[in-house]
Amino acid sequence: MAQKSSFEKALNRLDEIVSQLESGDLSLDESLKIFQEGIELSRFCTKKLSEAESKVKKLTKTSSGKFKLEDLKIEEKEE
Amino acid sequence: MVIENLVKQIKIYTVSEITDEIKSLLELNLPTLWIEGEISNFIHHSSGHRYFTLKDGNAQIKSVLWRDIGDFLKFEIEDGMKVVVYGNISVYEKQGQYQLYVEDIVPAGLGKFELAFRQLKERLFKEGLFEEEHKKPIPEFPQTIGIVTSSTGAAIQDIIRILHRRMPSVEIILNPVKVQGDGAGWEIAQAITDFNQFKNVDVLIIGRGGGSLEDLWAFNEEIVARAIYASEIPVVSAVGHEIDFTIADLAADLRAPTPSAAAELVVKDKREVLSQIKNLTQSLIEYQLAQIADAKIRVKTAAESYGMKKLWDMLTQKAQRIDELVKNMGWLVNQSLKNSKQNLANVMGKLKALSPLSILERGYSVCYKLPDLILVKDVNKLKLEDAVEVRLHKGKFKGKVEEIEKNW
Repeated sequence: MAQKSSFEKALNRLDEIVSQLESGDLSLDESLKIFQEGIELSRFCTKKLSEAESKVKKLTKTSSGKFKLEDLKIEEKEE
Repeated sequence: MVIENLVKQIKIYTVSEITDEIKSLLELNLPTLWIEGEISNFIHHSSGHRYFTLKDGNAQIKSVLWRDIGDFLKFEIEDGMKVVVYGNISVYEKQGQYQLYVEDIVPAGLGKFELAFRQLKERLFKEGLFEEEHKKPIPEFPQTIGIVTSSTGAAIQDIIRILHRRMPSVEIILNPVKVQGDGAGWEIAQAITDFNQFKNVDVLIIGRGGGSLEDLWAFNEEIVARAIYASEIPVVSAVGHEIDFTIADLAADLRAPTPSAAAELVVKDKREVLSQIKNLTQSLIEYQLAQIADAKIRVKTAAESYGMKKLWDMLTQKAQRIDELVKNMGWLVNQSLKNSKQNLANVMGKLKALSPLSILERGYSVCYKLPDLILVKDVNKLKLEDAVEVRLHKGKFKGKVEEIEKNW
């Protein structure tokens, strides 16, 4: 279990790229390539974080033992 | 002579020896056990240890409660109190007395639940259900969060509100259950098992809001502890208030003091993560900047050493372009440091435009040799019929080398 999400993978990769660039061992071409990748990852992560509102679903099991997700409305408490 | 021989055959014990025998007889035959009785002659000695007599209608037994156990009891012992005591019986040699050495003590009656709790806790502990090694790590960025609680309680509202606030992108799946009363334990355990069959959640929060010990009881049931232990999905328990400790808490991979706290433990705050990404992106820019500055020096050196008159213009142009890049990037970095709320996507958009790849826009193209996409920097690396990929503004194309002309 504990599979890493695409977000987590992307963030880890971004971290790795920054370390690689920091080491300064790369040729200009290589660094360009991963710089570009880094910018894309950064954009991907930012986009992921800004994705739509929390979806709340309800898990139900049908009589045949299959699972179904239904939309769920929870009455929000007044704050 | 006969009498002397007889005397030699009789085993004569010293008092200490026989006391030792009695002691080991008692300890071997009466292991640690629970005894119910009433407290009398209670003394809290200046040494900190507590002494009392445990009695019922027909018998009594002297009892000792050492300070390191007595000081941690959640109630005060008084004469006349009915209690259930956990301990073992042994001998106090100096006074030739057998005594009960108390390891735990709970008020009788009121302690029914408490007693069941302690017994179950002890049994499951011995079985290894609470072992640290078994506990699974909680994922750092869960995408989907499964919740086992009542759909009408305050807990689900608190959890949703906090998840919403901290990380609006997560998906929440509730498996609604009864959290108190008959069958609640079974429903909770079943919901955990269902989630494990359903599989598509990264972490589970199971719990409910505060209540009496009886209200929280379902979370002390063995069936729930076993379902948590068997769960492949990491489980965060969130039962009642800070002070409530349940068997579910002990079996869970992580215990949150309250449902709200569980929501905060499970997801990071979006703003913190955004600022982490921003910092990384800034480092990215800075290091790339350094690379470019370095390249600039190399271009200059190359230009000077080869003295290529024809290429001089192009090189100075390139150097100038790099200068611009460096200037602009420096400005960008400063800007984004100054203005922390600046839209990151915006920064990145500009950055992409500044990326040296945008040189392509100005009419240059880059040639890669297929199939390994090796950048071709020197025409001598190419042979006739080599497949190449050429990248230029707005795209790329593939082709074959038809003719090679070498300039030097």
